[in-house]
Amino acid sequence: MSIKHGLLALLRKDPKYGYQLRGEFEAATGATWPLNIGQVYTTLTRLERDGLVRAASSEGDGRSMYEITEAGRTELTSWFDTPVTRESRPRDELAIKLALALAVPGVDVSAVVQRQRMSTMQSLQELTKLKRTSRDADISWQLVLESMIFAAEAEIRWLDHCEAMLLRHRGKASASPTPTDVPEQHEDHLGAQR
Amino acid sequence: MSTMLDLRKLTRTHGQGEQAVHALKSVDLSVEAGELVAVMGPSGSGKSTLLTCAGGLDQPTAGEVFVDGNDLTTLSRNAVAALRRRRIGYVFQDFNLIPALTAAENVALPLELDGTRTRTARKYAEAALTEVAIGELADRFPEDMSGGQRQRVAIARAIVGERRLLLADEPTGALDSDTGEAVLQLLRDRCDQHGIAGVLVTHDARHAAWADRVVYLRDGVLVGQSGPLPDADELLQESH
Repeated sequence: MSIKHGLLALLRKDPKYGYQLRGEFEAATGATWPLNIGQVYTTLTRLERDGLVRAASSEGDGRSMYEITEAGRTELTSWFDTPVTRESRPRDELAIKLALALAVPGVDVSAVVQRQRMSTMQSLQELTKLKRTSRDADISWQLVLESMIFAAEAEIRWLDHCEAMLLRHRGKASASPTPTDVPEQHEDHLGAQR
Repeated sequence: MSTMLDLRKLTRTHGQGEQAVHALKSVDLSVEAGELVAVMGPSGSGKSTLLTCAGGLDQPTAGEVFVDGNDLTTLSRNAVAALRRRRIGYVFQDFNLIPALTAAENVALPLELDGTRTRTARKYAEAALTEVAIGELADRFPEDMSGGQRQRVAIARAIVGERRLLLADEPTGALDSDTGEAVLQLLRDRCDQHGIAGVLVTHDARHAAWADRVVYLRDGVLVGQSGPLPDADELLQESH
């Protein structure tokens, strides 16, 4: 998801100032996605350049109010109509970190997994506590919270899975060492470290 | 706050010599009144052994088990049994209700075994059932209840009277996810509002997340902990 579409969505109803957009964006996403005012204005500038918004009336102090253009409405509709694909999300740093931990000698992958598990568990506990205290809250906020809870839960299950895969892999590697297997080199490497 | 459960260097070994299985190796864990602690870990990591030792159902090989200040490992068998009946409540995955007894009779049973008069025990049982929001089902038999209702009866039995320590082994294992969440909410309320100390063994991260702290066991050793948590207000501040 992009800030761009978030701002367009908020402008659909009526024109707004940058600072208003920031406040409403945070309110709509339950403050889980904090924006700084700089991000809001650079995004608005790009949207204006692309013809998706235009500066409407401005106050005496020079601050502009922005309104959505027809092209902006079309863009917004197409955004809501298009499902989010996994690929369009930012790269998953955690998956990359684990892949690298396996590739680089001298990293205790199990320890990396365990640390991550407890860290994600802590987030899941915090989200659950927020859920417990937000039973009567705005439905948007509850949806955002549930989304984060599901994501954290999935990450923990994935970590469990990684750990099981690693164990199986190690079992295989030690049971049937092949001439081209890495362990020998690995031992040399450890020896050199000592 | 007072410490309701204190496990010190808890060790449990099954068998001897080469064949010895080390279910728990010198585990330290304490749980305060009002606190809910979840125990996670892969199968065979020692979760259930920890719970049975904490509840006096199993004897540790070494170490100490303090429940409300009493060291179970030094008490006589009878004294442990009495403490178990009065202070400790268990909740299991398969509820363990007696089919021939009504909800109220199931809940009253541990009190009656402990010598409480039937009428008094019945009064306590009804109060406990009301606390878990099924007061109207007091005269139903387990087979006429849903899984969620049966687990509520089991929880009522676990908290009836003066029980201060609630030990739950996969209490949501046999329930669908919404009913499971309701059971967690109930356990959570017991701790928050009634100062009960709870230990919850689960393999489900979503359910463990209801706890104040989550500890992680592997091969009988505590290898990680998350929590305790900041207040909800602080959590909201952090995300700004």
